[in-house]
Amino acid sequence: MKLDHTLPLEYRSEENSNRIFGFWLFLGAEIVLFSTLFAVYLTLWNRTGNGPSGHEIFEIGPVLIETFVLLTSSFTIGLVINSMRQGLKKPALVFFFITLLLGAVFLGVEITEFVTYVNEGATLQTSAFLSSLFVLLGTHGAHVTMGLLWGIGLMIQIGREGFTLETANKSFIFSLYWHFLDVVWIFIFSFVYLKGLM
Amino acid sequence: MKRKGLLLAVFSAFLVLLTGCNNLAVLNPKGPVAKTQSNVIIFSILVMALVLLVVYILYIFMLTKYRASKAAPDYEPPHEEGNKWLEITWIAIPVIIVAILSVVTVRSTSAVEKVPEGYEDQKPLVIYAASSNWKWHFSYPEEGIETVNYVNFPTDRPVEFRLYAYGPITSFWIPQLGGQKYAMSDMVNELNLVAEHAGSYMGKNSNFSGEGFAHMEFEALAMTPKEYDEWLEEVKTTAPELTEQEFDSLLKESHVGRKTYASTHLAFSPAPEGENAGHNHGGSEDMDMNSESGEMDHSEMDHSDMDMEQTETDNAGAADHSSHGN
Amino acid sequence: MKWDEFFVTGEPMIYGAMVSIVVASLAILIGLTYFKKWGYLWREWLTTVDHKRIGIMYIIAALLMLFRGGVDALLMRGQLAMPDNGLLDGQHYNEIFTTHGVIMILFMAMPFIIGLMNVVVPLQIGARDVAFPRLNAVSFWLFFAGAMLFNISFVIGGSPDAGWTAYFPLASLEFSPTVGNNYYSIAIQIAGIGTLMTGVNFIATILKMRAKGMTLMKMPMFTWSVLITCVIILFAFPVLTVALALMMFDRLFGSQFFTMANGGMDMLWANLFWVWGHPEVYIVILPAFGIYSEIIATFSRKNLYGYKSMVWSMVVISLLSFLVWAHHFYTMGHGVMVNGVFSITTMAIAIPTGVKIFNWLFTMRKGRIEFTTPMLYSLAFIPIFTIGGVTGVMLAMASADYQYHNTMFLVAHFHYVLIPGTVFAVIAGFYYWFPKLFGFRLNERQGKRAFWWIIISFNVTFFPLFFLGLKGMTRRMYTYSESTGYGPLNLLASIGSVGLAIGFILLVYNIYWSFRYAPRDTTGDPWNARTLEWSTHSPIPEYNFAIEPTVTGLDPFWEAKKGGHQLYKGEIEEIHMPNNSGQPFILGIIFFFFGFFMVFSWWVPAIIAGIGVVVMLAVRSFERDHGRHIPVKEILETESRLRGEQA
Repeated sequence: MKLDHTLPLEYRSEENSNRIFGFWLFLGAEIVLFSTLFAVYLTLWNRTGNGPSGHEIFEIGPVLIETFVLLTSSFTIGLVINSMRQGLKKPALVFFFITLLLGAVFLGVEITEFVTYVNEGATLQTSAFLSSLFVLLGTHGAHVTMGLLWGIGLMIQIGREGFTLETANKSFIFSLYWHFLDVVWIFIFSFVYLKGLM
Repeated sequence: MKRKGLLLAVFSAFLVLLTGCNNLAVLNPKGPVAKTQSNVIIFSILVMALVLLVVYILYIFMLTKYRASKAAPDYEPPHEEGNKWLEITWIAIPVIIVAILSVVTVRSTSAVEKVPEGYEDQKPLVIYAASSNWKWHFSYPEEGIETVNYVNFPTDRPVEFRLYAYGPITSFWIPQLGGQKYAMSDMVNELNLVAEHAGSYMGKNSNFSGEGFAHMEFEALAMTPKEYDEWLEEVKTTAPELTEQEFDSLLKESHVGRKTYASTHLAFSPAPEGENAGHNHGGSEDMDMNSESGEMDHSEMDHSDMDMEQTETDNAGAADHSSHGN
Repeated sequence: MKWDEFFVTGEPMIYGAMVSIVVASLAILIGLTYFKKWGYLWREWLTTVDHKRIGIMYIIAALLMLFRGGVDALLMRGQLAMPDNGLLDGQHYNEIFTTHGVIMILFMAMPFIIGLMNVVVPLQIGARDVAFPRLNAVSFWLFFAGAMLFNISFVIGGSPDAGWTAYFPLASLEFSPTVGNNYYSIAIQIAGIGTLMTGVNFIATILKMRAKGMTLMKMPMFTWSVLITCVIILFAFPVLTVALALMMFDRLFGSQFFTMANGGMDMLWANLFWVWGHPEVYIVILPAFGIYSEIIATFSRKNLYGYKSMVWSMVVISLLSFLVWAHHFYTMGHGVMVNGVFSITTMAIAIPTGVKIFNWLFTMRKGRIEFTTPMLYSLAFIPIFTIGGVTGVMLAMASADYQYHNTMFLVAHFHYVLIPGTVFAVIAGFYYWFPKLFGFRLNERQGKRAFWWIIISFNVTFFPLFFLGLKGMTRRMYTYSESTGYGPLNLLASIGSVGLAIGFILLVYNIYWSFRYAPRDTTGDPWNARTLEWSTHSPIPEYNFAIEPTVTGLDPFWEAKKGGHQLYKGEIEEIHMPNNSGQPFILGIIFFFFGFFMVFSWWVPAIIAGIGVVVMLAVRSFERDHGRHIPVKEILETESRLRGEQA
C-alpha cells in the first residue's frame, strides 16, 4: 500500500482518500434529497386542509433545545477529530460519547414533539402540510438515528483498535455526516419553525 | 443503400401526406385556435425538414465519398482537431433557428391562450366541462342546462370551457377546434375555442385516467346560432332537472350514454375555483368561516349574475341570429 | 388476504407465464445441481466484486428485461393491430404499457448502459477496478432485487396500472387499489438506490483513478459521457427517491401529499417525477453519445472531430436537462410565460445536440469508413435520431404541443429518440466491446442481417405513429373503433413490431452461434481501435493491466501502435485486489424481501427484514478485509499464458 505520511491518517492511503471523496459525493446527493423535501414542504406548507397550521402547533421551547443540543454535538464531534489528529484515543472516545448522547437527547425531544403533535390531532394523515412536515423532520430524524447506530459501532471499533487507517477514516467520514445533519437542522429551524412561528 | 432509400421514401410520403392532410384531424382545423396551431405545426415541419435535409445531404456525402472500399490502399486519414469556423457555423445557425421558433412559439402560445382574434368583443359562452370516471359533464351556467357526453355550442361565437375533474387528471381535447388542456380536481383551467364551421367533431380525454379511458369520448357539435337556440329551447322545455341525488349516482357510474338536464350541478357541487379551489380548502378556522360566508354570498350573486347574463346572451343570440340570417 | 388476491388469477396468459416461470426456475436449479455449478456460480459470479463480471451480469439482466419489455410491446401491438380487438382487456393493457415503460427505461436501458460503463470505464482510464468495488456489487444486487420485485408483480398481487409516469390521483389508493403501485414505489426505490451508488462510484473512479498523464481533456469520450451522466444521476436520483417515498407514504400510510382533499396537490407528483424524469432521459442518452463517438472514430480511422466541443456540448445538455421538466405538462395551464420559458430551454437542447451530430459527420470526413456491425448501428443512429430530435423541437413549441400532447405523435417521438439513442447504442457497444470481454467477435454476417431487420422494422413500427397522433389517436388507448380510421396505420405498425422481434431473435441467435463457432481473437485488438481498453489482453485478466499505463494524449493506444510512445513503463509489481464477498448478494436478497413485505403491508416481517439490512451494514462496518495481493510470479504466469495463446 502506498502511504503518503505527510497527510493526516484519515487521508493517508489512496483508498482512504477515495472514500472521503466518495462520501462528499454522497453528501451532494443528500443535499439534493433534502432540498427536494424542503421544496415539497414549502409548496405545501400553507395547504393545511382542515388541520392545524404550523403557527398553531409549533412551540419554540423544545425546538430551541433541539437546536442547542445538535449544534453542541457538532462542536463535540469536531473535538473528536481534533483528538484523533493528536492520537489521543481516550479524549476522543469521551467526546464521541458526548456527541452521541446529545444526538440521543435531540432524538428524544423530537419524538416527544411528534407525540405532542399527534395528541393534538396533527398526524401524518391530517393534511398535506402535516404530511410534508412529518416526512421532512422524520427524514432528518431517521438520519440522526442511523448516525447514532453508526456512531456506537464506530466507538466499539475505536475502543478495540485505536486509531488506525480504517477507524480514523471512518471517524472523519462520520464527522462529515454529523456536521451535515447539523446544517440540515439549521435550515429546518429557519424554514420550518421560524417561518411557521412568524 | 436500402435504408436510405427507405428513409427517403418515407420522408417524401410524409410531405405528400402533409399536402393532403384532410384526414389528419390536427391539420384540418375548423376554428381559429386549431388553425393557429396547424400553421405552427406546418411551419415547424418545413423548418425541420430543411434541417433534416442538410444533415442527410452531409451524411450521404460522407458515407459515399469516404468509404474504405473507395479509398486508396495506402490512404491514411489525417489527424483533425476540429475547425473553429465550422463549429461556430453549426452553433450559430441552430441558434438563429431556435430564436425564430421561440418567437413563433411565444406569439402563438399567447394567441391560443386568449379569446381568438376578431372574437374579443363577443361575450363568450361559458361551459363548465368536468370529467368523472370515464364521462364528461357539460354545464351551461348561463343557460341553466347540463349535458353528459356531448356538448353543443353555436358557431362563430367564442366558447370558454372551464375544465375540472372529479378524480384523476384528464385532458379535454377537440383536435379540430384546438389543443387540449388538463382538467384537475383542485383547480379550474380555461380553454377558449371557436368553431367557424358547423359540424360534429370528435372530442375526447387524452390523458390516461384508468380502465375505461379508451372510451372517454364525446361529441362536440357546432351548430348555427339558430339551431343552437332551438336546441336550448327544447332542452329547457323537455329535459328533467338534475337533482343532487341524480348527479351523485351519475358520478359513480363508469360509463353512461348521453344525458340532458334542465339545470346544472354547479349549484350544489361548485367547480374548484375562487373560494372552492383546492389550495383554499380549510385554512385556519377563521379563514374557514370567511370562506363559508363568502361562498354563500357568492352563490347568491351567481344566481343574480346568471339571470342577467342569461338575458344578455339571449339578446346576443338574437342579434347573432339576425346577422346570420342576412 | 385470500389466495386469489395474492396471485393474479383469471388470465390464461398469466397462468401460462406462471407455469413458464416455475418451469424455467426448476430447469435452472436442476441444471446447476446436475452440472455441479453451484460453487462456480457462487464463487465466480454471485460474490464477485470484479467490475467486468458485474458489467456482464448487468448486461445479462438487461437482455432478460429487454425480452420481458419486448413481449409487453408485442402484446400491445397485437392488441392495437385491429380495431375493437379482444386480445387484452383494458386493465391488462394498462398494466402492460405501464410495465413496458418502467422496464424498458429503468430495468433495460439503465442497466445495459451501466453494464457497459462497468466493463469499459476502468479499462479506458487504465484503472484496475472502480473506486469502491464492494459498493459496485451492492449497486448491482440492489438493482437486481428491484428488477425482480417489479417483475413478480404480474403474477403476485397485480402489476402497476397507472402508466410509467404514475400520475396522481390516478396512482393513489383510491383509484388504483391493487398493490401494483406499491410495487412501483418500492421496487423502483430499491433499484434507484443502487443506481445512485453507481453514480457516486463512477464519479470517484473517473476523477481519482485515471492513468498517469490522462488529464480530464485527454479522457476518451465514452468516459467523459459517463462522468457527466453520473453527475446527472447524483443530482436527479435523490428527487426520484423523495417522489417515490412520498408516493409510498400516500399509499401505505395515508399521508396527503398528492391526494384530492386536505390540501394535497396532484401536480406536485408530476413536477417531482419529471424533475427526475427528464434528466433520466439524458442519463440513458449521453453514454450512448459516448459509445457512438468511440465507434465512429474507430471505424473512420480518425480521431474524434471537435473533441472539446463534444465535451462542452454534453456539459450544456446536462445543465439544460434540469431546466426543461415542465414541458411534459404544458397543458396543465400554467400560462404563456412559464410555457414560453420552458419552450425555449427545451429547444435550446437542440443546439448542443446538433453540434454533436455535425462533429460525428465531420469525423467521418476524410476517413476510411468501414461498415462493421457496430458502425452500422452508429450510422443508422444519425439519420433516425435526427428525426427524433427535430420532432422533439416541434413538441417543444408549447402552442403546437397542445395538439401533440398525449398522442401517438409523442409516442413516436420518444421511440425515435430512445431506440436509436439508447438501444442502438447499447447494441453497437455490445458488438464493439464483446471481443474484449469474451475473446471473440460476434459473427458479422449474422450481425448485419439482424441489423437490417431491426432498422427497417423500427421505421415501419414507429413512423406511422406520427400520423396516428396527428389523426387524434391518443396514447394508452387499449382499443379504438373502426370508424376512427386508425386501423390501417396501426396494422402497419404492428407488422413492423413483428419484424423488430425477428431482428432481436436473430441478434440473440448470433450471440449463441458465436459462442459456439466464432474464431477466437488472439490480438486483443480486433477492430484496430484507439483507446486503452484494447491495449490489454482479451479476455481481460482480473487485474486489467499488469503495469499501469502512462498516457500522453488522446487515443493513447493508437499513438502507441503508430510508434508514438510507450504505454507500459516500469516493472511488474505485486497487485492489490479486493476480495470477493457474499454480503452484497445477501443484502440484495434481504432488500427484495423487505420490499416484498412492504408491498403487502406485512409490517412485522418488513421490520425484521429492515433490521436485517441494518445488521448487514454493521457486519460490513466491523469487517476487516484488506484484500489480497497477487504475487509477481502469478502475474508473469498469467501474462505469458495470455501471450502464449497469441503465438
